[in-house]
Amino acid sequence: MVKEVERAGIPVAHICTVTPISMTVGANRIVPAIAIPHPLGNPKVSMEEEKVLRRKIVETALDALTTEVDGQTIFEVK
Amino acid sequence: MLKIVHYINQFYGGIGGEEKADVRPELREGAVGPGTAFAAAFGDAAVITHTVVCGDSYFGENIEEAKAAILEMVRGVKPDMFIAGPAFNAGRYGVACGTICAAVKEELGIPVLTGMYVENPGAEMFRDKFHIVATRESAVGMRDAVPKMAKLALKLARGEKIGASIEEGYMPGYMRVNFFEAERGSKRAVDMLLAKMKGEDFVTEFPMPDFDRVEALPALKDMSKMTVALVTSGGIVPKGNPDRIESSSASKYGEYCIDGVTDLTDATYETAHGGYDPIYANTDADRVLPVDVLRDMEKEGRIGKLHGKFYTTTGNGTAVKSSAAFAQEFAQKLRNDGVDAVILTST
Repeated sequence: MVKEVERAGIPVAHICTVTPISMTVGANRIVPAIAIPHPLGNPKVSMEEEKVLRRKIVETALDALTTEVDGQTIFEVK
Repeated sequence: MLKIVHYINQFYGGIGGEEKADVRPELREGAVGPGTAFAAAFGDAAVITHTVVCGDSYFGENIEEAKAAILEMVRGVKPDMFIAGPAFNAGRYGVACGTICAAVKEELGIPVLTGMYVENPGAEMFRDKFHIVATRESAVGMRDAVPKMAKLALKLARGEKIGASIEEGYMPGYMRVNFFEAERGSKRAVDMLLAKMKGEDFVTEFPMPDFDRVEALPALKDMSKMTVALVTSGGIVPKGNPDRIESSSASKYGEYCIDGVTDLTDATYETAHGGYDPIYANTDADRVLPVDVLRDMEKEGRIGKLHGKFYTTTGNGTAVKSSAAFAQEFAQKLRNDGVDAVILTST
């Protein structure tokens, strides 16, 4: 799906936990997530803290979309 | 008798389904689950002395730790052969089987074998590194896969000559094997051409590699002016799954309106995905589809707008061809709606 959306001319940031799969699939802007059943959350912390974590990942995805890439790139969440 | 160690996931190990996918690797004595079918196929030639059972999510989320722990277990047993799976079209399981086979082969010098469906991402990642037997998509194919894998495993363990992929049933791409064809090349080529012209089936002797890569699009300039859409393979749907998107091997995608939705709650959204423990997404679907954060960003002007619709399907076991067709369709809708960027989340 990542490839087809990008092929249609819309840049994609792919947020996923198992980044090697994303590399194989062919995403160009990849953002690592937290865990497979909760990529943008962490049930071990409070809902407020969780939202902060989620925001960081989405911020990284937005930064990835405004960064030129030369081939497939993984953007680590700071 | 040859000693074999077999790697399987928590499901085949009888520990449990997705709710147990986070279990750490454990070493059990003897054959477990599909290992008993292998043991029957081996007869007196080989014995599965130990089985490693590991949760698929644990492996996927802790690749280095899982690899190190399992290598330590295998090193202690000193087997003649290491078998993983078969994983069929289970993505995380296939990647785990491939990763651990590669590690056992490289670090311990023990011959390895796994089996999976050709579209499993693990096949693309590892088919050029060791033998992977091509299986069917689901465990229905266990009965075909076991005799093929058992036969090849014995040959590999004994260091015997391995035939061509077409004879042994492994995926081409790892080893080149020379053999003599009965007919010379020019005759085979003309036969193939005639078959093609008649519209009959024929098998190419040199399939073209599939280098389907899409070049990265240029970076966007200013996110505060951009319309961002959300897409997910994590199966987030309105509560009740109104379009009945299948929990695996999806035949469709959903398009849902989120105008005025600022937060996904357990009363309004859930996941239809059958390939991960749904409890976290059902409690708060923002954990998979971050609508709450993007609404905040929209309000603050960090992005121009969150698109009023999201697109969703379940990514587990879904054919690559179907996923591509879904995305071609909704990508056009996104374009027509003036969407500038997509955040796609996967579980």
